Amino acid sequence: MADFDQELDASGLNCPLPILRAKKTLNGMTGGQILHVVATDPGSVKDFDAFAKQTGNELMESKEDGGKFHFLIKKC
Amino acid sequence: MEDKKLAIIATKGSLDWAYPPFILASTASALGYETQIFFPFYGLQLLKKKLALEVTPLGNPGMPMPMGMDKWFPVLGMALPGMQSMMTAMMKKKMKDKGVASVEELRDLCQEAEVKLIACQMTVDLFDMDHADFIDGVEYAGAAAFFEFAGQSDICLYI
Repeated sequence: MADFDQELDASGLNCPLPILRAKKTLNGMTGGQILHVVATDPGSVKDFDAFAKQTGNELMESKEDGGKFHFLIKKC
Repeated sequence: MEDKKLAIIATKGSLDWAYPPFILASTASALGYETQIFFPFYGLQLLKKKLALEVTPLGNPGMPMPMGMDKWFPVLGMALPGMQSMMTAMMKKKMKDKGVASVEELRDLCQEAEVKLIACQMTVDLFDMDHADFIDGVEYAGAAAFFEFAGQSDICLYI
């Protein structure tokens, strides 16, 4: 997994909290920085894809590893 | 691009029905929507400082019950005293166990994200409610004010 600037652990949280927390964290970051989100909600896979498409932030990576979902989001 | 707009009417005052408006509004805000929720009638319960929301299995055949209770206690059993508070406690515990946010938390997130919460003033008068019972930041208005925003909205939901 590529380098990232900030990490957000949303494990154990259910819809819509992972997205809301991610949005809040991104608000405090600057353009071009990368956020690594870890989540356990299986719905978050499609949700982060949709979040990126609608907000213009880039979903650089989305993968499952050991029952956890990892997302790399580059702030636009 | 101009922000998209979401207008919601939240008419129900039970624990289960408190979720859709607050989940959709907070998520829409995170996606960049400008969002307003209008609360008429029982929806006003969702704006109380002290939430006392309950869920009832009565008249709701779609509600999953633990241990097949719906088979053992048909409708009349669900009307027994204490059944509603027991169901409410079980539902809240389940939500907590599954990492589902509380209504209070989602409502706070909505306010943080500048979702506009509008209480129906007519309902406040009708039920002799007091503005002091409601959380700070709520606006009081009527149907015309809602349409001013809803008329320009991209999505309008009645919940």
